[in-house]
Amino acid sequence: MSQHQPVGGRVLTLPVLIFGTLFLVALWILAQRFAFGLGAVTNLNNGYPWGVWVVYDIVIGTAFGCGGLALALTVYVMNRGEYHPLVRPAVLASLFGYALGGASAFFDMGRYWNFYNIFIPSNMNLGSVMLEVGLCVFAYVIILAIEAAPPVLEKFGMKSALAKLNRVLFVVIALGVLLPLMHQSSLGSLLIAAGDKVHPLWQANEMLPLLALVSAIAMGFSIVIFEASLSALGLKHPLDRPLLASMAPIIVGLLAVFLAVRFGELLLAGKLGYVFSSGGLSLALLVETALFAFPLVVLLNPANRQRAKLLFVAALALLLAGAVWRMNAFLIGFQPGAGYSYFPSTQELLVTLGLVAFEVMAFIVIVKMFPIFKGHGQQAA
Amino acid sequence: MKRRDFLKAAGGGALVAATTSGTAQARPNKEPPANAVGMLYDSTLCVGCQACMTECKKINGMPPEQAFGDDMWDSPADLSEKTLNIIKLYRDGDGSVKDRETDGFAFVKRHCQHCVDAGCVSVCPVTAMRKDAKTGIVTHHEDVCIGCRYCVYACPYNVPKYEFSKADGQIRKCQFCNQAGVERIDQGLLPGCVEVCPTGASLFGTYSDLKAEAERRVALQPGENTVYPRGMLNPGSGGYAQPGLPPHEKPAPQYQPEVFGDADDSGGTQVLHIAAVPFQKLGLPDLPERSFAARSETVQHTIYGGAVLPIAALAGLVYAARRSTVGKQEGDDSTGGQQS
Repeated sequence: MSQHQPVGGRVLTLPVLIFGTLFLVALWILAQRFAFGLGAVTNLNNGYPWGVWVVYDIVIGTAFGCGGLALALTVYVMNRGEYHPLVRPAVLASLFGYALGGASAFFDMGRYWNFYNIFIPSNMNLGSVMLEVGLCVFAYVIILAIEAAPPVLEKFGMKSALAKLNRVLFVVIALGVLLPLMHQSSLGSLLIAAGDKVHPLWQANEMLPLLALVSAIAMGFSIVIFEASLSALGLKHPLDRPLLASMAPIIVGLLAVFLAVRFGELLLAGKLGYVFSSGGLSLALLVETALFAFPLVVLLNPANRQRAKLLFVAALALLLAGAVWRMNAFLIGFQPGAGYSYFPSTQELLVTLGLVAFEVMAFIVIVKMFPIFKGHGQQAA
Repeated sequence: MKRRDFLKAAGGGALVAATTSGTAQARPNKEPPANAVGMLYDSTLCVGCQACMTECKKINGMPPEQAFGDDMWDSPADLSEKTLNIIKLYRDGDGSVKDRETDGFAFVKRHCQHCVDAGCVSVCPVTAMRKDAKTGIVTHHEDVCIGCRYCVYACPYNVPKYEFSKADGQIRKCQFCNQAGVERIDQGLLPGCVEVCPTGASLFGTYSDLKAEAERRVALQPGENTVYPRGMLNPGSGGYAQPGLPPHEKPAPQYQPEVFGDADDSGGTQVLHIAAVPFQKLGLPDLPERSFAARSETVQHTIYGGAVLPIAALAGLVYAARRSTVGKQEGDDSTGGQQS
C-alpha cells in the first residue's frame, strides 16, 4: 500500500454534526427554490441577475478549488515530486469545491431541466464564454473524480482497477491541468460581454482572462497552504513547514504579475483617475489591493516564509483578495443602472454557508476514513 | 528545464493569446441582414398616450402592473417580465414645455433594440437567443434556454427579463411581434405598438429606409413643414406592405443632430431613436463603437479558434505529465496510490 493513511478517529464529532445541520438547512431552502422559484428565496432581480450563488459558489468557489491545479502544475508539469504528499488532500478539496460549484450552477439555473442543451452540438454557441465555462467545469469535475479515485480504490483493495487507472493517469493529469486553465480564464472573460455595466476599475476587457487565471493559480497555492495548516491543527497531523514555505516564491511571482497587469491595464486604458474618484468603489478597490499587497510584502521576505503563522495569514489574505476581486468585478462594481439594487437574502447566504459546511464536513469525514494524508496517521484505521 | 520550456510554450501560449487584443482575426461588428426590418421611434411625435403599451400587453398576453401602489391603470416602473414595452418620461425643472431639455419634458419608448450585433445572441450558451437571418429580429426560444441569465447580465439596455417569481420562469423580451404563435410581421401586419400609434412616433419599415428617414428628419430646419408617415414607411419596400394610417404634415421640431442606433453605436440597433433631448437624458446608453459582443468573441476565438491552442497545450501537458509519472517513481506514485 502507499504511505497514505486514514487519519482515523471518531467520525461523528460535534463539528461534523454542526456542519451537517447547516447543510440540512441549505437543502430545505433549496427545496423551496425548486418549488416556488428563485424569487421565493433570493433577492435576485433583472438588474442583478447573478447573486452570491453565482459569484461566491461558482466564480470564487472554483478558484478556491484550484489547489489541485496548483499542485498538478508543480508536481507533474514542473516535475517537483517533493510536493507529492500534498496532492491527495488538495485534489479532494478541489473536487468538493468544483462539485459544489457545479451543483450551485444547477440550482441557480432558471431552467435547469434544459441543462442538457449545452451538450447538444447543434445548440452550442461556440462564441459564448458561458458554454466554455459550462462544458469545461463539467468535464473537470469528472477528471477530479478520477484523480480522487485512488484512495477509494486502495481502501477497498481494488488493485487491478488501480493499476489500470495508473496506466492512463498521465492523460487524466494533463486534462486536469488544461481544463482549469481554460475555464478559470474564461470565468474572467465572462465579464467582457457585460461591457460598461462593469465599472471601469474592473472592466479590464482582454486582460480579464489573464487576471482571473493568474489569481486563481495563486489562490490554488494559497488554499494548499491554508488546508495543510488547518488540517495539521485540527487533525493533529504533522505539518511540513519547509515544503509549504517553498511555495511562497511562486505565489510572490503570480501576485507580482497580477498586480502589474491589473494596474498596467488601468494605466494604459487611462482609468487611473477612477482609483480615487469612485466613492465606495474606490474603497472596494483599496480593500482588494491591500489584500493582494499584504501577502506580496510578507512573502517577499524569505524569513517570513518560514514562520508558519505568517505564511498562513498571507495565504488567507490572498484567498480573500482573490475573492474580493471577483466579488467587486461581478457584483459590487456591477452597475445595471438606476432603480436596481441587490443584497443577498438570508436564505441565499444560508445556502452558501450550508454548502461550505458540507464541503468541510465531507473533507473531515473522508480524510478520517480514507488514505488521503501521507505519513503518520495519528491512529491508523 | 525542458519541461518548463514546454510549459511556457504550451500553457503560456494560451495566456499570451488570451491577452492579445486586436489580432488579425479580430471579429468586427456584425452587419444587418439586407432586408432587415426595424422601427423608428421619434420622441418628438410621441404624445405619451401609452396605446402601444396596452396593445403590447394584449398581443403578448401580459398582465397589468401596479408599481406605484393601488392604481387603476397599468403603471409599470420599467421594463419587466410583464412589460415588454414602456413609454417613460424625462422631466426637468418645472417640466412645462415638451421636448425641451431644461424646464421641459420628453417621452422615450423602451423595448428590445434588436441590436445588429446583439449581446444576448453572442453570450447565450445554447443559442436560445437568435437573430433572424431575414428580418434581423432577435427572438428567444425558451425550449432550449437553460436560464443562466447571462443575456440579462450582459444586455447593455437591460432588456431580457427572467421570471424570478415562477418555479418554471422564462426569459421575456420584445420579439417584434414575430415570435412563434404571433408572427405579425410574417403575416404582413405591423408590430402591435406601431399599428396603434396615432402619431407615427413608432414607425415600421426596412432598416435602411428608416435610417435614411431618421437622417432626413434630424437634418430638417426647425419649423419647416414636413410629412410624417404613420404605420409603415414606404409600404412595399423590402417586400413588406404593412397597412397603416395616412401620413400627416406638421412643422419639424429642433432635433438632436444624431440618430441613436447608428452603426457607431456598437454596430447599431434596428430600433432607431431620434429626439429633441439628448439620448443619455432619456436613459439610452452611450455605447462605444465596437460592440462588447465583438470584443468578447474575439477573445474567445483567439483562444479557442479551431481548438488549436487547447490541443497544443494538451499535447505539451500530456508529455510533461508522462515524464513525471511513468517510470520515475515506484514508491511515490501520482495523484493516487501506486501499483504494488
